[in-house]
Amino acid sequence: MGYLKEIGAYFMMIKGVFIKPTKTSVLRNLILKEIDDLIIGSLGIVCFISFFVGGVVAIQTALNMDNPILPKSLIGFASRQSIILEFAPTFISIIMAGKVGSFITSSIGTMRVTEQIDALEVMGINSLNYLVFPKIIAMLFYPFVIAIAMFLGIVGGYAASVLGGFATGDQFIQGLQEDFVPFQLVYAFIKTFIFALLLATIPSYFGYYMKGGALEVGKASTTSFVWTSVFIILSNYLITQLLLS
Amino acid sequence: MIEVKDLKKGFGGDELVLKGISTKFEKGKTNLIIGQSGSGKTVFLKCLLGLFRPTEGRIVYDGEAYSDLSSEKQRTLREQMGMVFQGSALFDSMTVEENIMFPLKMFTKQRKAERRERANEVIKRVNLINANNKLPSEISGGMQKRVAIARAIVNNPKYLFCDEPNSGLDPRTATLIDNLVQEITHEYDITTIINTHDMNSVMEIGEKIVFLQKGHLAWEGSKDTIFRTDNEDVTNFVYSSDLFKKVREAVIKEHQ
Repeated sequence: MGYLKEIGAYFMMIKGVFIKPTKTSVLRNLILKEIDDLIIGSLGIVCFISFFVGGVVAIQTALNMDNPILPKSLIGFASRQSIILEFAPTFISIIMAGKVGSFITSSIGTMRVTEQIDALEVMGINSLNYLVFPKIIAMLFYPFVIAIAMFLGIVGGYAASVLGGFATGDQFIQGLQEDFVPFQLVYAFIKTFIFALLLATIPSYFGYYMKGGALEVGKASTTSFVWTSVFIILSNYLITQLLLS
Repeated sequence: MIEVKDLKKGFGGDELVLKGISTKFEKGKTNLIIGQSGSGKTVFLKCLLGLFRPTEGRIVYDGEAYSDLSSEKQRTLREQMGMVFQGSALFDSMTVEENIMFPLKMFTKQRKAERRERANEVIKRVNLINANNKLPSEISGGMQKRVAIARAIVNNPKYLFCDEPNSGLDPRTATLIDNLVQEITHEYDITTIINTHDMNSVMEIGEKIVFLQKGHLAWEGSKDTIFRTDNEDVTNFVYSSDLFKKVREAVIKEHQ
């Protein structure tokens, strides 16, 4: 029963985000700030992880190909499939639930604890629109982060294969081009878009409705990470079932 | 003027936090709400601010009952309220000047230069020196309170609410903040309501005092009458400190 109440409150919050909008000139600046904090600020860690995990995927694939009949191009093929279908959209989103999600929960939670949200409400400002709407809009740029993660993951796989002597550059690129189904990219970006909305709204919910002091801000950040991850995994399963099976 | 009529507020359980409060807060006066912790002061203030919807009763702002207003008019009324929070509630990411200009940015069509000019007027009024470009974390508690007062009055509000404006301050700064709030109330001719349990504030600026006890209005009067009342709840609260026992004895002696 408690979970149903929480889910209801979450959807009420979403509704609250889109009513009584804040002045456009103020919102524009807030959106730019959120793009800087949430998107640009995440690029470094996403690039680093994508490159090296892409390399590891290629090495693991190569080391598990015992049969000499299997063509070396399979390394490129398997890397592409792993990176585009799961690693970039899902794995990076779980990492972002930790990085961006915790940032959102703790920043909104601290504003709640220090009565800054009450200050906005007293002034007649819709605090949900002021705080959460810019984050949702900023996260619409999240697919660009995932596109970069896909690209760097494949570059990492290529570098590891060629430098490690597992396949030649031509073999890897041939594998990348084999049996390419463009809809798989569409599927990856559809789920990225859904993950972006989850990443913006679930941490906002836990920050906005938190009660207590500094200790509770920490607890809310942890809870927010857990539930954002759970909903990313669940929605990943549902979207895959709906679009690919 | 704010008129409160039989205000009741509960949070879903059987017990009401506010159990039928009726009173008037007059314009141009510093109205104090006092009472022990848990007496319902904060809930009362949040009802007056429109942050809590009363379970029963009405709050009338200069003839207009909040509950009868459309959401648009409620929003306009909110824009006429200034609030000084206990912890100041300044926006961490904004400088002092940006904090003070914020209500103007949100609710007026003024250009940046005009906003800055108005902000500097109130900065001067609350005696904030060389703090315009500092972040709230870089200034003292007393200065933060001044910034909060400046932000609350920058948009020329009709109503000013303060939740324990001098808590956490040394006695001298606390008195300065109390006096500043009183001066601003008289100067701008606004209805000021201050939530406090500080007896020094009561003695300094208590032009009207409302005493809450377990959600009831147990007594109302002014700083001139509080030391002469026979109301047992008030005397127990006021004379919990030895200093005020002595003040009372002196007042009684003076009137004999």
